[in-house]
Parts: sequence; C-alpha cells; structure tokens
Amino acid sequence: MSLNIEVNNQKLSAEKGETILEVLKRNGIKVPTLCHIKDMLPTGACRICVVEQRKTGKLIPSCSQPVEDGMDILTNSPKVNEARKTIIELLLSNHPDDCLYCARNMNCELQTLSNTYHVRERRIRGVKNNHHLDLSSASIVRDPAKCILCGRCVRICDEVMGISAIDFINRGSNSIVGPTFNKGLNTSSCINCGQCIMVCPTGALTEKNHFPELLEALNDPKKIVVAQHAPAISVSLAEEFGMEAGKDINGIMNAALRKIGFNKVFDTSFTADLTIMEESAELIERVKNGGTFPMITSCCPGWIKFAEEFYPEFLPNLSSCKSPQQMMGAIIKSHYAQSAKINPEDIYSVSIMPCTAKKFEGQRAEMTSKGISDVDAVLTTRELAALIKLYEIDLNNIEPELADSPLGLRSSAGKIFASSGGVMEAAIRTANYSLTGKELVQFKVKEVRGFKGIKEAKINIDGLELGVAVTSGLQNAKELLAQIKNGRKDIHFIEIMACPGGCIGGGGQPINTDENALIARMKSIYNIDEKESIKVSHKNPEIRDLYRDFLGQPLGEKSHHLLHTTYEERDVLK
Amino acid sequence: MIKEIDAILDENPKAGREDLIPLLQEIQENQGYLSENAIIKVGKHLQLPTSKIYGVATFYNQFRFEPKGKYHIQVCRGTACHVLGSSTVLDQLEKHLKIKADQTTKDNLFSIEVVACIGACGLAPVICVNGEFYAKVTSESIKEIVENYRNKND
Repeated sequence: MSLNIEVNNQKLSAEKGETILEVLKRNGIKVPTLCHIKDMLPTGACRICVVEQRKTGKLIPSCSQPVEDGMDILTNSPKVNEARKTIIELLLSNHPDDCLYCARNMNCELQTLSNTYHVRERRIRGVKNNHHLDLSSASIVRDPAKCILCGRCVRICDEVMGISAIDFINRGSNSIVGPTFNKGLNTSSCINCGQCIMVCPTGALTEKNHFPELLEALNDPKKIVVAQHAPAISVSLAEEFGMEAGKDINGIMNAALRKIGFNKVFDTSFTADLTIMEESAELIERVKNGGTFPMITSCCPGWIKFAEEFYPEFLPNLSSCKSPQQMMGAIIKSHYAQSAKINPEDIYSVSIMPCTAKKFEGQRAEMTSKGISDVDAVLTTRELAALIKLYEIDLNNIEPELADSPLGLRSSAGKIFASSGGVMEAAIRTANYSLTGKELVQFKVKEVRGFKGIKEAKINIDGLELGVAVTSGLQNAKELLAQIKNGRKDIHFIEIMACPGGCIGGGGQPINTDENALIARMKSIYNIDEKESIKVSHKNPEIRDLYRDFLGQPLGEKSHHLLHTTYEERDVLK
Repeated sequence: MIKEIDAILDENPKAGREDLIPLLQEIQENQGYLSENAIIKVGKHLQLPTSKIYGVATFYNQFRFEPKGKYHIQVCRGTACHVLGSSTVLDQLEKHLKIKADQTTKDNLFSIEVVACIGACGLAPVICVNGEFYAKVTSESIKEIVENYRNKND
C-alpha cells in the first residue's frame, strides 16, 4: 500500500513501514543526522534530524518516526532550523575548541553542521569534563573530551562486530563512552578493527599515528626505508584526493611513495600470493593427514585477536600462516636484506594498510626476529594520503611507476585479497592446481564474491568435495562458528574478515566511506582480476624464484621459521 | 554472614539478562559494593559483555564500586535538607575526609554516600552514620561527629 505525504508543499509517495528520513533521502531532501546508522534500528538519541509536523507544529525525529498517510511535513522551517541550531550549540557547549589541531579538522561532522547552521559564537557554556586521552591501544586513540555521545561506535562494536568493547558509562552530563571500568582500550576486548573510527562523527576516535618516527627514518641517510602497500590501497586512495571512488591508482601511488623518499616500494599482494602458496599447501596437508577442520584463514589481525579472546577452542583451526603484511615484513628483513647486503637493523619497514588492527599486529611479540620488528610502522590509507599531502605531491601530474622487483610482482589472485571472499577464491585456484596438476577452466568463484555476510559454496576438486564459507563483519562469523560448534561438518575451509566487505571496508580507509564507495572498490578489484593474465599465485614468476632461491618448499624449514606463527588465548575484559 | 559472589550466582543458575539488576543488588547487599571481580563474574554468568554491565551499574546511583568504610556516612540531599544547606554540609564533609561521594578513605574508616531522601525531613539537614541519625547538622558539627567516630576505640 502506498502512502501519500506532503513535504515542503511537495507531494510524495511512501511505503508503509518506511521512516520519514528514508522517504526524504530517497527524494533528495537532505536532513542532518548524527546518531543514525543506515540499516540499523534508529535510537533517536541526538534529535538533530527533527522535522516539523505542519498541523500540530510539533517537532518529530525523522529517523525513527514511521510515515503515516496524509502527513504534512516541513524540513526547513524556522522552528526546525532553530531547534537544530540549538542542538548543535548544546553539543558545542562542552566541546574542546581546538579544531585547528584536531585530526578530524575539515572532515568532522560536528564542524560541518555548526558551519551549515551558522553557529558563530559560543552561546551556551557548559562545564567541560576533564577526560584523559586514552593512548593505551596500539591502534586506536580515544579522546572522550571530543565525544558527543551519538553512540555510533557503541552500536557498530556491538551489532556489526559482535564485540562490545565499549559502552556508555555513568549518566546524564557525566556520561562518557568507554571500555569496562573506564580503563584503557588495551585492557578491553577491542580487536583494533577501527570500525568505530569509521563511524565517529568527531575526533573522539582516531588511529594512532607514527609520523614522527617515520619522518625521522625518511630523513636519516643511514636508513633504508621500504614500503609495502596492501591490495586494497590502490583502489581506495583516490577518494582522499577527490577522485572517483574505486579508481585504481597503483602506479601513481608507487611513484608518489618514491618521491616521498621510500627507497623501495613493494606490493603486499606479492606476499598475498605467498600466503596462498603456504595456506593451500597447509590445507592439502590437513586433508591428507587428517588435520583439524574446518581450517580458518589467518590474514585478518582483527579476526585473530577476536579468536584468541572469544574462541580459543578454534585456535587449532586457524591456519598457521602469518598475514601477507607480516610475511612481507619477514621476507624484507631476511631475504631482501641478505641479497641487497643490508643490515636488517638499518631497514625501516613501513606497511600501508586499509586497517588499524595491522598496527597492533605489527607490534606483536611473535612478529619479531632477534629483537627486530619485522614491520616497523603501519600507516592507514588515510595516513598515506596525509603523507602525500605533507610532501605536496600532485597526483594528477606524475607518471605511474611499477613496484620494485622482486617482491613487487603479483598475480591478480593476490590482488583480490582486498575483497571479502578473495583469499578463498585465490586459495581454491591454487589448491586445485596442486591437487590435480591442472588449472581451473573457470577461475571465478562467484558464490564467494559480494557483500553478503555469510557466503557458502561447494567446490569439487577431482572428486574431493570441499565445503567453503566466507564471512565478513564478525557478528556473522559468530553465527557461522556457532553452527560449527553445534556439529555442522560440511564446511572445511572458512575465510573470516573482521570488517564488512573485507579490507576494502577496513577501519583505516577514508572516513565517510559509503556503500557506493565500497561497491566501486570491489568492482575495481575484480576488474583487475578480469583483465590480467596471471590469475593464480603459483604462476607468479617471482614467487617461483623466491622458492627456488630462498625458501625451498611451501611448509618447508625456512617457511616454517619466517612465514608461520602461533596463537594463544588472551585474557581480556570481555 | 556475607555470601560470596559465586554462591549468589549458583543460587540463580537460570538467570538471564533481565535478572541483571536484581543480581547486582544482591551482590552489593552482601559485599557492600560491586567489585571488578563481581562484574566480570556476573558477565560470565549471564553471558553479557562486561562493558554493558558496567554501563548499567554506573547508570544507577544505587551501585557503588568501592567497599564501604568502617563508618558509612549517608548524606541526605532531599528537598528539605537541600533548602537547609545540605550541599554545604556535603562539601565540607568531602573536604574534611579528602574523598568524594561514593568513595572510601584510604584507611577504610569512612565512606560517603549521597541519598535522595532519608525520610526525616523534620531533622534537616540530616546525616546517617551506620544507621545512627544526626539531626540539624552544620559544617562545624559534622567535623565533630566524624572525629568522634575516628577516636572511638571499638
């Protein structure tokens, strides 16, 4: 049944069950929101989305009010604008005035709103709460003084990620958002995924930044500074420079990194290929020797910490493979250092990731060799953009360059790691070859592509029936793992990524990433796979060279030391 | 006798999230406060994240997170007491003991709790120490009351 409503003297039709906000958005009528998250139950907490009901003159929150037939609404009446402005002024009444020094300057929803609604003075003065900066986490900085209590981080952490590391504490004007006992994030069950940063409207949640150390290394003539960039970066970075979402600027990024002063630029997709060699070998070994099933991927550091905290019983199921970032880190400080005759201590290894959890992973004790970190600094996509801006590099006027070789050539199987389902698809391609000696006729495994929370497929490799599942958004992983705990036996291999959609939707990606940007990035990734000729990791010539010259066999002695790791149960406040 | 947290939880094997507040109340009744351990154990028992339990517990004034002192001082901040100056009384008490409401002195001798109305409005402003009422207290008399307890030899 269609409902008829009137908005700003314009007749609109709406469906029963829709909220006013949904109808307005569909018709291109803008309404500001703060606490609202698309596709989640509205909380109606912030009231910034109020609209006026013409008949009664009442203000109603459009995000939570369902449309009714005959409704007559004004979205920009003086009363509405006055109310919205007052809400903003109240939010600003105890907000710090240090916008110029804030990580979210020029990219802050509160700042934009106060500008839109012409707030030009501090009309209301509230008591400023004294809050400590929480620097305890390796990945995320929490500044409760800048929090406007919209609650989006709390809901993402609970409903999408299934973690609930943070919640509201205290009441009324004393309310803050924080971890249990208001302690540091490092004591909590936080997995460092950074999805809270992605939804934070202000600078209350930001990534931990390592610019000073990085700049020092870049300016130190004795240091060899090397970069590796993750598969998702080249299709996400463009957005930070106003280019269209999903545009692949891999070559331009390589050139920009060299201009900044990185001595070598490697591609993490190369070690994604390496991961596939090791992981598919591990899968086949488990099949042959009756290992623990289902085997679960270990590329995602958010998922790994989640498993260590909440699912220690599944730790034997995890692949022992390090993530591509850490494989690259280990190879750089061993093989690369040896062949380039550089002391590993003189290498400053920087990885550029769409992820904040990678910062935590990079400083795990297992990820060191003789006291030297395999990866010295991790930058997010956002931080890379900031670095490029700092060096005043004009991306529109530089020539694309290739990554350094070796460690820079990749197959497209390594590239699709960026999307949820990519690791699975790449692993199937290589496992098929290892078991049958033949390549697949159809490389595309379309059942594991796309944004669905849980994707499943049955794969037949030479009579071996393999049940595979792919999940992203850890709440979905929880559901799948519950099925397995309840005795489901038809799944043998699972890919789990913490962030919805996989790394393209990671917590280190451009703020304001919307659905359309995610779709564009994923499309771009699979386009690359479509048009390139080397579609399988085992045909990457540099991977073959690496095994021939250095590693020997997948799962061999050297691989075991450099490319594999262990996990342990974590005791945190959960 | 003080019941242990585990014993209380064992008595409520089927408790769900709707039983959270009664459970916290029972634990506080027995232990005098909600320890970190209590919140962690309740979380495990109800399969709720500790962040949510701490969130609920800090929302309500009735829960305290530090053990009570040997002498627990309740300061009435009801309407009648307020009109007759209980905010100054509380202020002076906090300054004198060098703690805030809901806290306990380092020697575990005194703790302060603010209560909404103690039901003795005729005696306003009123405080109550371990169940004993003190009527028409002032900023001066309150120090005397505290010091008398401190010097008590029991």
